[in-house]
Amino acid sequence: MVGPRRSGHAFERLTASLALRPLNRKLLRECWHLKGQMLSIALVVATGIMTVVTMRGSYESLIGAQQRYYTDMRFADVWTSLRRAPESLREQIEAIPGVALADTRVGLLATLDLEGLDAPAQGRFVSIPETGRPVLNDILVKRGRYVEPGAPDEVILSEKFANARGLNPGDTIRAIINGRSRELDIVGIAISPEHTYAVPPGSLLPEDDRYGVLWMGRRALGPAYDMDGAFNEAFIKLSPGANELAVIDALNRLLAPYGGFGAYARRDQASHVMLQGELDQNRVMGTAMPAVFLGVAVFLLHLVLGRLIATQRGEIAVLKAFGYHDWEVGRHFLMFAVVAVFVGATIGTVGGIMLGDAYIGVYRQYFDLPDLEYSLSPGLLLVALLVSVSGAFSGALGAVRKAASLPPAEAMRAEPPARFEPGLLEQLGIGKLLPASGRMILRNVERKPLQAFLSSLGVAFSVAILVIGTFMFDGVNHLIDLQFRQIQREDITVSFLQNLSGGVRHDLARLEGVTRVETYRMAPARLRFGHWSRETAIQGMEADGQLRRIITATGGVQPLPADGLVLSRVLADRLRVTTGDTVVVEMLEGRRQITSVRIAGIVEDFLGVSAYMNIDALHRLTGEHDVISGAYLSVTESERSALNLELKQIPAVAGVASPASMLASFEQQMAQNIFISVGFLVGFASVIAVGVVYNGARIALSERGRELASLRVMGFHRREVAVLLLGEQGIITMLAIPLGWVIGYGLAWMMVQGLQTDTFRIPYVVAPRTYMLSALVTILAAVASGLAVRRRLDSLDLISVLKTRE
Amino acid sequence: MTIANTATRRPVVLRASKLCKVYEMGEVSVHALKDVDLDLYEGELLVLLGASGSGKSTLLNILGGLDVASSGSLFFQQQGREQELSRASQTELTNYRREHVGFVFQFYNLIPSLTARENVALVTDIARSPMSPEEALELVGLGPRMHHFPAQLSGGEQQRVAIARAVAKRPHILLCDEPTGALDASTGRLVLSVLDRVNRETGTTTAIITHNAAIGEIGDTVVRMSSGEIVERHHNTQRANVEDVQW
Repeated sequence: MVGPRRSGHAFERLTASLALRPLNRKLLRECWHLKGQMLSIALVVATGIMTVVTMRGSYESLIGAQQRYYTDMRFADVWTSLRRAPESLREQIEAIPGVALADTRVGLLATLDLEGLDAPAQGRFVSIPETGRPVLNDILVKRGRYVEPGAPDEVILSEKFANARGLNPGDTIRAIINGRSRELDIVGIAISPEHTYAVPPGSLLPEDDRYGVLWMGRRALGPAYDMDGAFNEAFIKLSPGANELAVIDALNRLLAPYGGFGAYARRDQASHVMLQGELDQNRVMGTAMPAVFLGVAVFLLHLVLGRLIATQRGEIAVLKAFGYHDWEVGRHFLMFAVVAVFVGATIGTVGGIMLGDAYIGVYRQYFDLPDLEYSLSPGLLLVALLVSVSGAFSGALGAVRKAASLPPAEAMRAEPPARFEPGLLEQLGIGKLLPASGRMILRNVERKPLQAFLSSLGVAFSVAILVIGTFMFDGVNHLIDLQFRQIQREDITVSFLQNLSGGVRHDLARLEGVTRVETYRMAPARLRFGHWSRETAIQGMEADGQLRRIITATGGVQPLPADGLVLSRVLADRLRVTTGDTVVVEMLEGRRQITSVRIAGIVEDFLGVSAYMNIDALHRLTGEHDVISGAYLSVTESERSALNLELKQIPAVAGVASPASMLASFEQQMAQNIFISVGFLVGFASVIAVGVVYNGARIALSERGRELASLRVMGFHRREVAVLLLGEQGIITMLAIPLGWVIGYGLAWMMVQGLQTDTFRIPYVVAPRTYMLSALVTILAAVASGLAVRRRLDSLDLISVLKTRE
Repeated sequence: MTIANTATRRPVVLRASKLCKVYEMGEVSVHALKDVDLDLYEGELLVLLGASGSGKSTLLNILGGLDVASSGSLFFQQQGREQELSRASQTELTNYRREHVGFVFQFYNLIPSLTARENVALVTDIARSPMSPEEALELVGLGPRMHHFPAQLSGGEQQRVAIARAVAKRPHILLCDEPTGALDASTGRLVLSVLDRVNRETGTTTAIITHNAAIGEIGDTVVRMSSGEIVERHHNTQRANVEDVQW
């Protein structure tokens, strides 16, 4: 074999001073001499373990923090809201079988008057007891203090809103409560699991600078809204083993006379849904990515270690000739695997913990979970280690067994010249077109097609990882274009505090700068199909609307049928319905009619869960006539600020949103999560590409050293010989690229399926840019590996190679 | 038809004077060559004899441009031009090997992925005025087997392919390092007769290294080396027939 130059005197002294057994000393020295290869294998292992430790570890930390938070804050299991009920009803709620605890409160929306904000901001006012703490849905005061009895103007602000507006305890805030402007004293800043994400009405995403939560004493808030001794929101903590559906049914029956809007379980609570969606995405990323990486690492270990040990055939024979048993020889060579895995696992664990800590640092700003700390479960690490070790062993074992099974004399003899024959490509006549060097490369690839294929597959995974790492950008770009340029074409969305008569559209149209008005109606409803039911808001839209249209995934406009519902694909899947089915629609407002409605269409959309209907058809369901919840406006850009100010003055207006600000919020929310991963992935993919190509070329160099040396002796220049050696790696890399694209495309599809949440679906779009990037990074990594091996090729010792047999 | 008597009158191809080669092995210096003077004449068949470690391979490697001497000089002369190999760069040495030298080794060093013809073509592709691969293989008696891969050839046949590969570019110098070392006597004799024939028919200056003294009989000049020095030189008045050599 081509002997690496002996180097590292310090290392030699170290091994000598350790007084190791000769075989172990040989192991250490050879690991040192093969340090480039060993390190690249170890890095692949490190990569696999690091993804597990980082991604899965941070997911587990998030889940742990979420559970603790929910428990500590006594987060409710069942939620409902109603028009008004006397406080005495609470005892009846508590008496429902399966209810462990019940709590009531007053909640309402009010306009906030904030300086420096030309669009109105909204506050969701939530009552809290002045004495003691809420039975359920407690809040965590992070700064300042809790409200005190007998101080009716004290409020606690939600943290994200306070931060977005730069408000602190000691400041005041002006709100228009029930038509009266009131100055409120901010005494504390708090968070609560109920409002981890605070989404304003009519919006799909949080807008923290325009919408916040204000907690206020019940005795102060109640009278302000004519809720003295009454409540309009109730919550339940279930007793263990309770039948959730039965409790919800009983609660609905109890509250129906009081204008109940229908109870729902925690899994439908808006903030929880969003948080859970985020965590689910995290789970998918935290499971799929490490699985892919670990799988690839195991595969590479198998491949590379097997070939590495196969080149040690002569040494295995010599050891056997000296009288070492097969198992001793086997153990010695398996130790190569152990060393690689040990080094890799150490790097991977330390790196993974550091990176996981950094991940959690980002999540801490993003997820609003108190005492979110990175913690690694030893079980997780153990699993990752075992998988790596078994991968390394399976690769090493085959090669060792093959070498050890030969009688020593035979193994010591050089392997007979490898058998070659013209391959398929040459039989097709392509060979004649190639120079001798081309034929050598081709035949080497064709002689061991499985090895070439497996190597290609290894490199292909690096391409695939880059594809799945970056295709999400393409999806998000597609989504942004679709949602904010094709679906939401209005400049301003106005939502009203209460439903208003359709005649308001004329008032809006008369406002300065308004060029087009389209009205909408949001009607809360429960859709039921067989056993499956789901609460949502039916969105009534104008039949010939231009500002809001239903756009299919492919970008086409789906006309709104005169009758029947058009559902988001996600909602249709939840309900198990297809076009043509009839669902039972139970309106949760007004006369609460129950009607059967046909599903007129299903639309692939990416944001939120929607049920669209012609506004007139919706009016027939609600039994109302021309009632609207809000309007979409087209405005002249120069008038926009003035118009915002004017809308803010209208008491009936609850919110003014604009797709532009939603887009900004959305981009911020998406960006972090995606951007973190990409740098990470480029690094990991490079490690994999280098792991395969560098090892492949190094092993080829030791397998074919004498062949290449012969060519140099015959007068071939270094460059010509390098082409022969690296040409094969080049072919493997080139084959890997399309293969990697296919694998990446498939994995991307799996991720798209896994990352579906109610708030957000990633469109399955992979742009040419992503394919190009994945190919480019892989090629660069391969070229770098090639250059590293080329240096060794240049210093090939011609004489010693030719003088020795093996 | 012997040319031995006139050998000394022919032009010199390689002139080595005071060649020394010292290998630094850690703290020990090994003197592999000590002040070797040697001239190689055009068309001559030189046999270099010596035991293992006598320095004969080191000398051959330096003559062939595979290695450079620690001191002393080596000139390659051809058509009135002279090149000092002892001062040549790596690229110049590669070009020297590429254009002027053919090598034959104990372990044939054929490229397993190429057929006999293609192994020869590998060299003729980069040579200036080579013979055709077919012609070279006919010369070593392997015309009918030229489409076989190394794995399909016997050891003797593989060595003959190696010789064909070495002579196909019409080198000025053919250097053979223990060409029969891995072969049995009768196959070895066959290979030697091929070398002998190539030398006679093409007039290629040929140097053969061997530890087998009997082979010395087939050369024009026999040089014996020991401990890095030339200890004996003599000229055979008559080159023996390869078939008559016994070992």
